[in-house]
Amino acid sequence: MPLPIEIVLFLFLLSTAIAIARLEDLFAAAMLTGIFSLLSAGLFTIMDAVDVAFTEAAVGAGVATVFILCTLSLTAKREYQQPTKVLPFIVVGITGAALIYGTLDMPAYGDPDAVTHRHLSAKFIEIEERAMFSQNEHAVESARHGNEEKAVGLPNIVTSILASYRGYDTFGEVTVIFTATIGVMLLLRGRRHKKSFTSQSRSDGNDVVKEQPMRMREKIILRVVSKAFIPFIFMFALYVQFHGDFGPGGGFQAGVIFAAGIILYGVIFGLDTMRSAVPERVLVYGIISGLILYGGVGIVSLLSGANFLDYDILDTHNPAHGQHLGILLVELGVGITVTCAMTTIFYGLAGRGKQ
Amino acid sequence: MVAVLEILSWTCLVVGPILCIIGGIGLLRLPDFYARTHAAGITDTLGAGLIILGLILQAGFSLVMVKLIFIIIFMLLINPGATHGLAKAAYAQGVKVESEEEELDAATD
Amino acid sequence: MFIIAMTGVLLTMLIALIAALRGPTVFDRILAVNMFGTKTVLLIAVSGFLSGRPEWLDLALVYALVNFTGIIAVTKFSRFGNLASDHKRVKPW
Repeated sequence: MPLPIEIVLFLFLLSTAIAIARLEDLFAAAMLTGIFSLLSAGLFTIMDAVDVAFTEAAVGAGVATVFILCTLSLTAKREYQQPTKVLPFIVVGITGAALIYGTLDMPAYGDPDAVTHRHLSAKFIEIEERAMFSQNEHAVESARHGNEEKAVGLPNIVTSILASYRGYDTFGEVTVIFTATIGVMLLLRGRRHKKSFTSQSRSDGNDVVKEQPMRMREKIILRVVSKAFIPFIFMFALYVQFHGDFGPGGGFQAGVIFAAGIILYGVIFGLDTMRSAVPERVLVYGIISGLILYGGVGIVSLLSGANFLDYDILDTHNPAHGQHLGILLVELGVGITVTCAMTTIFYGLAGRGKQ
Repeated sequence: MVAVLEILSWTCLVVGPILCIIGGIGLLRLPDFYARTHAAGITDTLGAGLIILGLILQAGFSLVMVKLIFIIIFMLLINPGATHGLAKAAYAQGVKVESEEEELDAATD
Repeated sequence: MFIIAMTGVLLTMLIALIAALRGPTVFDRILAVNMFGTKTVLLIAVSGFLSGRPEWLDLALVYALVNFTGIIAVTKFSRFGNLASDHKRVKPW
């Protein structure tokens, strides 16, 4: 039975969604998608899925809004008016009704006997709990030797499932991010080589010189505040990256927060300054190296004689430490890839708007 | 001593949301964009500050208190900066200030 | 008492939502979204205390920082029309 606050938040979510669909002014709709992300993150938090809420908060509040705005600057500002059509409405209505009919068979909300809460999830949680709650330094060891089942021993079970038990899936996700970024780069940067940016700004020389001092001066408060806070954003991203073993956090969240800090720098100080601070070549190498780090850990374990991405072999004296080391390296790879991917997409979208 | 802290924290946790709601009502009813930034500023700094102060008094001396202090510092520094940027952009776009003084000047001319 | 604080914060979120839907100019909407973000930070902090898990404060901290990025980007966009304006230093400072 959902809590009253969840019902209230869902009602907010519903009204925001209806408003987004009905508004013609796309800028207002973009703002409302920001509210939608914030509401979703609040809902996830209340449902106890804090890692997911973390990612949703970081992506929705900062990075996604920025991307939607960049897209708006490349396309139109108002929705293209179309005449109302009846047939799509009927098709969508029938599909929606079929989906709702399908959910009638699903287990109740929070039912402990649901299929997803048994079998594999229960087994993972049981292994980890046995290792964590025995207060014994060698508990993780005995959990392994006694039952032939390997415990990871991290307080944050989500990270251990993400990076160790389901490491192959996460490897696939990082590869998907990598491929998607390549796709975005090819789509958005394909024609850019014909006109380089330096030549464009030199041609506007006279107008730019007259306006520059005023623009630089009038943003002084924002510049000072940003200069004070961007280091904190980066520090916090590093904290989230390495604290992901003990609390909510991990590679994806840290990467997005880091990218949000870089994007903030770019938005306030200008895209050219940002390009000189974080060149695109560094980002490209970053994306590749994150993926290679992840795959490299797997290959090292292959070459050492175990399965692919089997972290036990990384430290033969104490396999639990091997697991911790493996998860650390793997999350680092994920964080690097996500950071560089988000920043590259921002370069692609924002840089194109200058033409 | 503990009772005093409890009473203080409950007071903060009750007064804070009331101020937030007052600021929210101001956001809806004030006539002018710049006046609305004042109303939003009340909720962002005083209302939020009191609520988090109440939470600080609830938590002991622990890591939780340090994080809450960080949240307050960030909010008190970031939100006015964002509001400033917003008001500056609105002014540059030509959003007009509606004040009653203009009507008074016109009346006394 | 946490419930009172949470109810107050939820009411303010509702008011911010109404202001975002209604606001005549675009800047009213940006203001409402900024306020909504701050209220979400408060909601997460208070509900973390309510359910006895103060680890959620990391989340509130992230929001407070990342919200700034979104609002500044939106402000710059509404003013310049795109997110890349030429601020190269042409004159030495």
